[in-house]
Amino acid sequence: MLGITAIAVGDSAIKVNFAGKVSYELNAAIQMYSKKLEEASIPGVVEWVPAFNSVTVYYQPKQVSFHILIKKLYDLHEVPISSEKIKSRIIQVPVLYGGEYAPDLQRVAEHSQLEINEVIDIHQNQEYLIYMIGFLPGFPYLAGLDKRIATPRLEEPRGKIYAGAVGIANEQTGIYPVESPGGWNIIGKTPLRLFDRTEFLFQTGDYVKFHRVNKDKFLELESQIKNNRFKVSIVER
Amino acid sequence: MESKQIFDVIKPGALTTLQDMGREGLQRFGVPVSGAMDKFAFQIANILAGNALNTACLEVTLIGPKLQAMASVTIAITGADLEPKINGAVKPMWSTIRINKGDVLEFGKHQSGVRSYIAVAGGFEGRTYFGSKSTDVKSGFGTPLESGTVISGYPSKEKKGIGLKKQYIPIYKKSVKVAVVEGPHIDSFTNEERKRFFNSTYTVDANSNRMGYRLKSKKITPVNADIWSDAVPLGGIQIPGNGQPIILMADRQTTGGYPRIGTVISADLSKVAQLVPKGEIRFYPVSVEEAQKRLVEMENFLSVLEIFRKYF
Repeated sequence: MLGITAIAVGDSAIKVNFAGKVSYELNAAIQMYSKKLEEASIPGVVEWVPAFNSVTVYYQPKQVSFHILIKKLYDLHEVPISSEKIKSRIIQVPVLYGGEYAPDLQRVAEHSQLEINEVIDIHQNQEYLIYMIGFLPGFPYLAGLDKRIATPRLEEPRGKIYAGAVGIANEQTGIYPVESPGGWNIIGKTPLRLFDRTEFLFQTGDYVKFHRVNKDKFLELESQIKNNRFKVSIVER
Repeated sequence: MESKQIFDVIKPGALTTLQDMGREGLQRFGVPVSGAMDKFAFQIANILAGNALNTACLEVTLIGPKLQAMASVTIAITGADLEPKINGAVKPMWSTIRINKGDVLEFGKHQSGVRSYIAVAGGFEGRTYFGSKSTDVKSGFGTPLESGTVISGYPSKEKKGIGLKKQYIPIYKKSVKVAVVEGPHIDSFTNEERKRFFNSTYTVDANSNRMGYRLKSKKITPVNADIWSDAVPLGGIQIPGNGQPIILMADRQTTGGYPRIGTVISADLSKVAQLVPKGEIRFYPVSVEEAQKRLVEMENFLSVLEIFRKYF
């Protein structure tokens, strides 16, 4: 089993570090640990945030002290998981690449010295693991972008990027859940909503699979989503 | 319950937002906690007004709004002293006051602190996003107060003059010392850099806001700035590339990628939230145990106050 070390982050959080290189395997260990945290429902623990190589646990010191909780967090790592193997979900994300929604597709193609269609094929030909969600509500940090289309951020960030924008920043790709300023290269738009008033589409450990749709299909999906008649395709394995 | 129109917004002030204790439990989905910057003053406003501790209040920033009452209400104003007035007469803070229909609440000259809290007995109406009424503009949850709009609420009548004893009212200074628990990126800083951090006096940059307090002094250089992004707590002190620390505050993102030298202890966060631009700040290290002791003392004080309030 991969080793952990726990350290105080101020008086109301403990960071559990996972030893080893950031990898799919390490991410699986983090998912497993998060699952155990959920099942253990330790009194005083408020919430936890999985990241690339850590899980940070927030707690109320009035309910549980640092010394008691840190011991519990180490012990939890040794506990065998009670539920069956954690399944991964693969979430299909339709994208309209190019055109009015993709101000930087040309830039990415030029930087990569590829045709626009090649950039799109490379981008959608991959399942991306969600290592972490952060930056904005529902924003997935997706690793594993093909190096051939890796492109640095814009030198001048845009004041406004629309919700649903699919972008590239170096070797990462991501989706903007809400309108926001940002410096990513925008190559397309998804009609999906990454969260509504009660639910989030993604969780850490899921895989995202982009697939290209044309403008007609995009508009059709957009209207179905607006009228709550669309169900996102999610496969478990 | 049916809401009632209570204030007509004549002037919105510099930044007036609805805030409660924030959104808990959704940071793993990237939802910032947000919430009142000075939770101590915020909770006392609610206790005085006879509200539940987590009832949304108006958080006023440096320049207060001008509001005309559309109904008779009981309010309590705590936090920064921005000289609240009713119909031109200065009113006491940290105490319940009655406002009659047609009265005008406005603010005068800045005296001390940055953020005031206006609690209305019965609470304000506001849209709830993920269990909280806190305004978080960046996430698309609510907007600051705008002139020409109307604020509604559920006004209940409370006695006037229920106040906090003077000895318990915080004094907001322009120069503060705050306690820090060191870490978590201990490998990113040498002993010399840590010493420099604790021996420096920092100035608060004007470009500080609800997301973070930007500080200026001698540059701190991390030996290892290349860290994996992780969860960032309230009060986390990150050192970005320019070597000038940023204290992460209520509207911070849930995760960040800069090394952090320490975390301001919970009991001292109000001092930071009330520190004015160009104010000075110094840091000193404490143990986790000491930090937790001070937080629990603060929470116990609020609990006792809440129980005591029921006798009025």
